[in-house]
Amino acid sequence: MDQLMNRRDLLKLAGMGVAVFVSGTTVRAGGSQRKENDSFYFVQLSDTHWGFNGPAINPDSPGTLKKAIAAVNALDEQPDFVVFTGDLTQTTDNRGVRRERMAEFRDLVSQLKVKTVRFMAGEHDASLDRGDAYQEFFGDLHYTFDHNGVHFIVLDNVSDPMAAVGEKQIQWLQADLKQQDKDARIVVLTHRPLFDLAPDWDWATSDGTTVINTLMQHSNVTVLYGHIHQEHHHMTGHIAHHAAKSLMWALPEAYSVPKKGPIPWTAAEPYKGLGFRDVEARVRDGRYEIEELSLSKG
Amino acid sequence: MNKLAIFLVAAAIGYFYQESMARQSVKDPRSDEQVIQISAKTFEFQPSEITVKKGIPVMLELISVDRHHGFKLSAFQLRADVRPGSVETVRFVPDRTGTFTFLCDVFCGDGHENMSGTLTVIE
Repeated sequence: MDQLMNRRDLLKLAGMGVAVFVSGTTVRAGGSQRKENDSFYFVQLSDTHWGFNGPAINPDSPGTLKKAIAAVNALDEQPDFVVFTGDLTQTTDNRGVRRERMAEFRDLVSQLKVKTVRFMAGEHDASLDRGDAYQEFFGDLHYTFDHNGVHFIVLDNVSDPMAAVGEKQIQWLQADLKQQDKDARIVVLTHRPLFDLAPDWDWATSDGTTVINTLMQHSNVTVLYGHIHQEHHHMTGHIAHHAAKSLMWALPEAYSVPKKGPIPWTAAEPYKGLGFRDVEARVRDGRYEIEELSLSKG
Repeated sequence: MNKLAIFLVAAAIGYFYQESMARQSVKDPRSDEQVIQISAKTFEFQPSEITVKKGIPVMLELISVDRHHGFKLSAFQLRADVRPGSVETVRFVPDRTGTFTFLCDVFCGDGHENMSGTLTVIE
């Protein structure tokens, strides 16, 4: 365990109720010794963009998702479940190709050892047809599930092409939250950031403030999302928001360059910036430990 | 012959009605306004770089040549839906200098992420 800790760069985020472990390996190092009775862990993968083709950005676009699946399958302790936080596929105007990509993605993901897999849509999956094809393959756009004392809420902020959750879904959210204790352990899974991370880069949800205000009534809420293709951590009041890396291309930090665009592939450092994370939920404490796992060797 | 005449008259009425509606959708510019026409299409704005003078009112005339797009200029709290077949007018007074990004905020396909431009306000 000491050796393990030495390999990590432990980043404690004060007041965020979370510890983020930055790791250069794809081996989940904690093992069963780390797991306690009141905790469990799951894996978040995001922005796989299956069907993307751009050799300068990712020359291994057909292989990256497969590599990630193999990495998850190789974890020495399998997670309770896996969640994909949107942009499963690269968008296309062609309805037939859209469905082909979704079918291929679904088939690939079935190779995960873990059989409980939760999906949600990104704008690439759902914005051009308001989620019609997505629902054919992956089910509801918004839903809830419970796991070992944590209430998970999957919110759809992409099937409306204007990036809104919408009044109807917010009413559904309010009704769901009424059923939860004020200190219930709640994890919100969504694709876009709910807060205005970078509106000029389209990194926002148009009615995200309303959603956050609704969630603020509960004391233990954590949001996991994707969309921005990089790790990011932010607080809105007592709510922590954590963005995950992509499994297709990385994006630069918000407003760090004049125009948003993918970070080109580096032959000397293949898969740099690509990865996934495991999230250990310590239910009693209402805390989460996030370990970032890279696809590149390190 | 009579049927042909009726058809031609109806078509002409329809054409002039449509033209009239299109003209009505464009608000007349004020004499002191900087008027700029911006065309939106997948996946770019034309022009994508605009320069205006500080303190002088601006009228943007936005059109789409293909599908539903959005226009968002958050620095001045402006947004509009831009749809084919109509002209959307946006008015504001640039009250500070600088270069500001505008973008399409309605997801429009593979390339949407690149659909943005800049507004530069000079003295």
